[in-house]
Amino acid sequence: MRRTLIYRHPPIIAAHRSIVGRKEGDGPLGEWFDVLLKDDLLGQKSWELAESEMVRRCARDALDAAGLSAGAVDALLGGDLNNQIIATSFAAKKLGAPFIGLYGACATFVEGLALAAAMIDAGHLDSALISASSHFCTAERQFRFPLELGAQRPPQASWTATACGCALLRNRGEGIRVTQGTLGRVIDLNISDANHMGAAMAPAVFDALTGHLENTRQRADDFDLIVTGDLGWIGRDLLLRLFKKAGIDMPEDRLVDCGASLYFREQDAHAGGSGCGCVASVSCGWIMKRMERGELRRVLLSGSGAMLSPTSSQQGQSIPGISYAVTLEG
Amino acid sequence: MSRQPCTEAQYRRLVADATPGSRMLRGYVRAFWVGGAICCLGQLISQWAQRLNLGEITNPMFTTGVLIFIGTTLTGLGVYDRIGKYAGAGSAIPVTGFANSVAAPAIEFQREGAVMGVGARLFTLAGPVLSYGIAASVAVGVIYWLIRGWVM
Repeated sequence: MRRTLIYRHPPIIAAHRSIVGRKEGDGPLGEWFDVLLKDDLLGQKSWELAESEMVRRCARDALDAAGLSAGAVDALLGGDLNNQIIATSFAAKKLGAPFIGLYGACATFVEGLALAAAMIDAGHLDSALISASSHFCTAERQFRFPLELGAQRPPQASWTATACGCALLRNRGEGIRVTQGTLGRVIDLNISDANHMGAAMAPAVFDALTGHLENTRQRADDFDLIVTGDLGWIGRDLLLRLFKKAGIDMPEDRLVDCGASLYFREQDAHAGGSGCGCVASVSCGWIMKRMERGELRRVLLSGSGAMLSPTSSQQGQSIPGISYAVTLEG
Repeated sequence: MSRQPCTEAQYRRLVADATPGSRMLRGYVRAFWVGGAICCLGQLISQWAQRLNLGEITNPMFTTGVLIFIGTTLTGLGVYDRIGKYAGAGSAIPVTGFANSVAAPAIEFQREGAVMGVGARLFTLAGPVLSYGIAASVAVGVIYWLIRGWVM
C-alpha cells in the first residue's frame, strides 16, 4: 500500500493565519494567535454564520499576507464540523475561489495540506489555500446539548475549540516546505463512548505516525517535534502507551498535542481542546511561527478525526478514527 | 505495514486505566445539598400557598408553577447551566431541571424559526420523560382499575 506521498517539488507555506475565540485566547498559547475574537458571535445572526465569518476573515488575512487576491488563488481546500460543511462553503461563496470541500473531521487541516501539496507538486495548481474551522457553539448544538442545558461533562470529554487556521501553499518562494504526506486509514478499536474521542482516535494516530515513519525510513529522533491534533491529555497518554507496547521509540518530551496545549487545566476544558480549528489554529499560530523563528527545523504534523455522527452514535456504532501526517521542514 | 500493538480487548483495558474517573463522592454531596435546597424551596412555596388559602388542588399546581418559573428564568439568565454543572442530578431531577430542559432548546433553536425550530425542538430533551411518564401513568391506571376491587 502506497500511502505516503513524497513531494519532489515541495510546496512552500507562503502565509498562515489563525483566529481563536475568547477562551482559546486566554489559554497558554494566546499570544501566538494572530486574531483573538472579543465576540464569539462576530456580529452575526447565528453561530453557524459566525463560524463562516471567522473562516472568511482568516482566509482573507492569509491571502492578504501573501499579497494575493481571492480571485488569484487556484483553489481553496477546507472543511469544518457542521453538517454539509456549511461554515466553509458559505465562506467560499464570499471568497469566490475554486473550492474543494473536505471532511476529515478534526483531521481536515492536515488532510488538506497533504492533498494541496500533492496537487501543487504535480503542477496542477500554483497556489492553494487550506482552511479548517470549528466553533464551540455550533458543535455543541449539533453533537451534544443546547448551550443553556444544565448538564455535566465527564473528565474524558473534550472542549470544541472556537478557532480557525488557514495556510497558503505556493509552488515557489521562501518559507516552510511541505515535503512528505501520509494518507489516513480509518481505524476502529471499538470505542463507543462519544465523549472519549481521544481514546477513539489514538490508534488511528499511531497508525498514521508509524506508517509515515516506516514509509519514509525515519525515526522519531529525526524530528524536532511530533505534533498530534486533538487527542487531549488522555489521548496523548494512550498514544504514548501504544508506542511503548509496540516497542517504537517515541520521546515523550517531543510529542506535543495541540488539544492538550490549547487550554490551562483551570479553564475547565476537561480532556483538552478538539475540533477542526484546534490543530489548524495551533499549527498556523504556534508551530509554524516557531519554525520561522528557527526554534524548530523538522516537524511531523498530524491531525486526527473521529468519524462519528449523532446518528451513528445513537445507533450504537463504535467511533472510527482517522489521522493524516505531513512533514514540515523549515 | 503498521499494525496496532494490541487487541480491542487489551485496548479497552488500556483506556480504562488511562481515563480518570468522575469524582463520585463530591458529586453525591453536591447533588444532595442542591437537590435538597430546591426541595426546601418548594416546601416554602407550598406553605406560602397554604397561607394564601389556595386550596388543596391549586396549592401543588401553584408550587410547581413557581418552581418552573424560577427554573426557566434562571435558564434565560444563563445561570441554570452553571448550577447544573455544579450540582448534576441535584438540579436536573427536580421540576426546575425539567423546566431547564425545555427552556434551553427553546433558546437554542430560535434561529431555526418558530415552527421547525422552537416548536419542533422544544421537547427534544423533555420528550422522552413525557412519553414514558405518560405511558407509565396509563399502565399504572389500568393496573389500578383491574385490582381496585381487592384493594378498596
